[in-house]
Order: sequence, then structure tokens, then C-alpha cells
Amino acid sequence: MTSVLESLNRGLHAAFAEDERVYLIGEDLLDPYGGAFKVSRGLSTQYPDRVWTSPVSEAAIVGVGAGMALRGLRPVVELMFGDFSTLMADQLINSITKFPAMYNGAAKVPVVIRTPMGGRRGYGPTHSQTLEKLYLGVPGLRVLAPNTLSDPGELLKRAILEQDDPVLFVENKVLYPKAVQTAETLKDFEVEQTQTEFAPVHTLRLKGTPAPVLTLSAYGYIAELTREALTRLAFEHEIFCELVVPTQLAPLPANGALEPALLASLERSGRLLTAEEGTFSLGWGAEQLARAAQHLGNRLQAVRRVAAAEQPIPAARNLEDAALPSVEDIISAAREMV
Amino acid sequence: MRAMSDDAALYKQLATIRHFEQTVLDAFPKGAFYGTTHTYIGQEANAVGVLAHLHEGDIVFSNHRCHGHFLAYGGDARGLFAELMGKATGVCGGIGGSQHLHWKDFYSNGVLGSTAPIAVGAALAEKRKGSQAIVVLFLGDGAMGEGVVYESLNIASLWGAPILFVVENNHIAQTTPTELAMAGSLASRFMAFNIPAAELDSSDVRQTYTAAAHEFANLRSAPGPRALILHTARFGPHSKGDDTRDPAAIEELRATRDPLAIHATRLDAAERTAIDAEIHSTIAAAYAQAEADPLP
Repeated sequence: MTSVLESLNRGLHAAFAEDERVYLIGEDLLDPYGGAFKVSRGLSTQYPDRVWTSPVSEAAIVGVGAGMALRGLRPVVELMFGDFSTLMADQLINSITKFPAMYNGAAKVPVVIRTPMGGRRGYGPTHSQTLEKLYLGVPGLRVLAPNTLSDPGELLKRAILEQDDPVLFVENKVLYPKAVQTAETLKDFEVEQTQTEFAPVHTLRLKGTPAPVLTLSAYGYIAELTREALTRLAFEHEIFCELVVPTQLAPLPANGALEPALLASLERSGRLLTAEEGTFSLGWGAEQLARAAQHLGNRLQAVRRVAAAEQPIPAARNLEDAALPSVEDIISAAREMV
Repeated sequence: MRAMSDDAALYKQLATIRHFEQTVLDAFPKGAFYGTTHTYIGQEANAVGVLAHLHEGDIVFSNHRCHGHFLAYGGDARGLFAELMGKATGVCGGIGGSQHLHWKDFYSNGVLGSTAPIAVGAALAEKRKGSQAIVVLFLGDGAMGEGVVYESLNIASLWGAPILFVVENNHIAQTTPTELAMAGSLASRFMAFNIPAAELDSSDVRQTYTAAAHEFANLRSAPGPRALILHTARFGPHSKGDDTRDPAAIEELRATRDPLAIHATRLDAAERTAIDAEIHSTIAAAYAQAEADPLP
């Protein structure tokens, strides 16, 4: 088995091997540590000139990456915790994503900002958040979130080597030890893979089940929980669902269109339940639901969101569990919809 | 190095910036422009004296008060007028406006201090590419209140970025006098990071030119960050019509710190008159062209 962590690490190594314009900047990157979550392990040994361990200066390292990108390199900046992304938000919003458009197409900023998000590790209110929704909708920013359904390292490598847009690459930290799925591990599912630009979208249903009555949609680690919920809904409650898992959270299709795979599933099911680890209101799910309502009108029979409670994430395990969405939450929301 | 060392050429650049900016201030109330502007009147000797030392491929990062830097870099007056008018022929097609310019290796942005890490990153990229290019970053005293500037000084020093930080201290940030916003000294801010800092309090372009020559020579022979602190005087408002200073104090600055008046004494009267006439007609033509240009 390959874990998500190993896959990401391989993706970084592959990007470094393929293109000498690739650099990595971040805190505590040097081996043997290799970054707080070890995604960058081995790189500083193999590419000492191109891996720069940095001061604790999130705004500056992201800005330095931007300046390098502006001048033709392909830097990756590792932010140790996604919670710290607030410290570099000005760089992202007022410089990095502005330059290409405000300089009338004459500048490119191909920087990839990688960062772990998410809770379930007991790190408390400032090291457990899922903050990517703050950056969804920033014009010019591509936000990617890998999952286990396809190779996260390949997605990262392509983001580094092939994308001229700035990318925020969100890695849920509970996802790191999970196994990347294979045809064998997914053998109970019918799996369709489509693409949003270069980012995969997966549609899953259990083999041999009746037409779906509900579409579930989730990304990142929550897609894992949602897949488990899908299976249990079928076996324990005879509610048959499809699951649509995007990896590109932004930009979304123009003019308020739905992601085609999601639209196709909703045409079959007529109901949409989104699940996310960000807080409930004004988030990713809300946007999907709005687009679904616009495009399906009265063919949409029910919508619902499962998300994190609107409060800081507590450190105590039982309180943290209660604040974050669970398989049970998804199952009970689904049961209320059909 | 460009052939800018002769007095007439320096005067021509000073006058170009002055006349461009005066045209902007005069035309704004007539509705010629849309949005805002931050004029460089009074500070012309800084851009002219510093940027005279650029080599092809050197990079400039500028701020909200960027017109003087842009023109001294070699930017086109018509393109800049057009940008301020929101015309298709503008430097950035009318999208950027007054504060957001990019042409060749010149970049400006309007968020104070935000350019610091980007300029450092650009300098590090050029160093890694082995291009010999160096970066000039213009900051004002106001930007020294932003934390990211200090993060950037630290990294520039740690990683040996070939960059010249030029601080134009005009003693006022929008309407706030520097003494209400800045503790300690400017030079010590750089020296704390082992970045050599030179200071000059002058509006004489020969002096800014000479001071900058020293910094560029050092930077090219031993690439690493350096700082040049230029104490200067802003004659105009922060933007337009928002100057809260005592008019007598501004008159005093105009009487004692005018880069054009100081430098003009080195030209004979006929030469100066000829240059003034030429610049007036060049700027008027650029303005007229921009005015006739199409919308984006």
C-alpha cells in the first residue's frame, strides 16, 4: 500500500527530478525532520540547493515564493499548518493572485502553496481548522484538495510543473496515513473518473445497487467518511447513494454552472447532501447547493449540508469529535432526506 | 550604465517627472482621470539619481507613489497617462491604474510593504539563475510600519539576496507625521539584520546619484542586500486635495528642497528653457495621444 503521505512525498521528488526550476521553501524542512508532517522528507538531502528551510515568517516565505515564480522559477511553499495561512493572506490575495490579471496578462505567478488543514488530532483551536473556504472565490486562485481515490502525488506534481496559476494545495492531515485506493480496494464500487481541467473528479456507487436516490458530495478526508456512510446507508438502511468527489475546489465552472459530474449525478438522484470539515455557513457546500438549485430548479427534491460546528475546535477529544462532522452525522442527515 | 551622468540629461528626467505629475494634478479636477493618484512632486531626485545606475535586466519594485519611478525607469508617459485614464493603450491596459504598473522588469503594487518579500524572492531567483540582475525596491517611511518588511529584511540578509532597499522618507505617511508612527531610526532597522545602510538628506540629484552609485557598485561586486535611506520632501498631497500640513511649511519645503531648482543652477538659462519647452511639448503630446486613445 501507498499512503497519501508517501504519494505526496514521491510527487515532490518527481517534480524536483523533472525540473530544476522547482524549489521548496518552508519551516523545519531539513532532514532528518523533513517538515512537521514529513511530506518533504528526503528533499533537503537530495536537493540541498533547492530546499530552503526558513524563518517562522509565513507572509515572507509565500512572498519570496511569489517573487521567484514571477521571475521564472516554480517554487513550492510549505505552510506548516493551514491555520497559519491567515498570516500570508495579503500576499495571496493582494499580490499573487492579482499580478496576472492586473498586469494585463504580462506576468505569471506559478507558485504552489501546500498546507495541511483539519482536526481530529487534538491540536486545539488554532492548529485544527479547515480554513480553505476563506480562499474559495479569490479570483485567479486554484484550490486543490487531494483524496485517496487517485494519486495525490501526481496531482501535486502536475500542479507544480504544469500550472501557471497560483495554487493552494490543501492536505487534510488525517489523510496522510490513509492508503491510496486501488482497483482492488475499490472493487465493491463502480467508479467513474472525469476531470475538472487537470484535476480528477470521482463518482462512486456500490456495484449492483438500484438507481440512486441521493447524491453525496465531499472532498479531501471527508470524502473518506462519506464513502463509509454511503456503504452503511446501503447495507443498514437500504438508501442507495452516489458519491461525487472533486479535487479542484476553485475555480468552479463559469456562470454558476455545476461541476458536470455532480450535475449528472443529481439528474439521476434529485437530492444533494454535501459534507465538509469547514464550518457550516457560507462554505463550499453552500455554493454547491446554490448551483444545484439554479440548474435543477424544482427537480431538486432535497438539499442538506453536514459541516463543522460554528465554534473554535476544542482540544478535548470528545468535544473535538462533537464539533467535527462524522459518519453518523452524514448517515442521519441522509436518512432525513429520503 | 546609461549615459545619465551629465547635468542636462538628469535635468530632463527631473523635469519629465515634475511636468507629468503636475499635469495629472491639474487635470484630475477636470475629470480627465478616474480613481486616484499619488504624485511624486518633490521627490524626483530620488528616482532619477537611483535608477540612472540600472543595467538592462535589473528589476524595480515600486509602490503606490510609482509614477516617478516608472518614468525614470524609462516608462512611456503616454502609456502612463493612458493607464490613469483607463485606456486600452495604458501600461496595463487600464486594469492596473495608477498604482499597479508592470512593464519590462518594473513592477508596482499599492499595498505598502507587500512588495518586500516578492522583491527579495525576485532577487533570489536572479541569483539562482546566475543572471547578475539586481533588484531595487522602493519603500516609503509609511511602509516601515508593516511587519512583512522585517520578515523580508531578515530573509534577504540570511539568504544573500542581491537587492537595494531604497527608503524614501518624506516624513509623512498620508497625513501622519513620521514621528507619530515610527520609533527608533530607519538605519538601525536595517543594521539590526546586518544590512549596510547609507543615509542621505538631500534633494540634489547629483548627491542622490553619487550615493546610489556607491551602493550599486558595492552590490554588483558583492551581491547581498544593502539599504539607501533618502530623506526627502513631498510637496504635494498624499493623493489629491488631502494635504493637512500647514501651507507655510510646504512653501518652505518648495523653497529649499526643490530638486529642479537645485539642479537647474548647473545649466545655463537658455539650455534650461529649451529643455523645459521640449518637456512641456512632449508631455502635452503624450497627454493628447492618451486622451484620444480608445477605451479597453
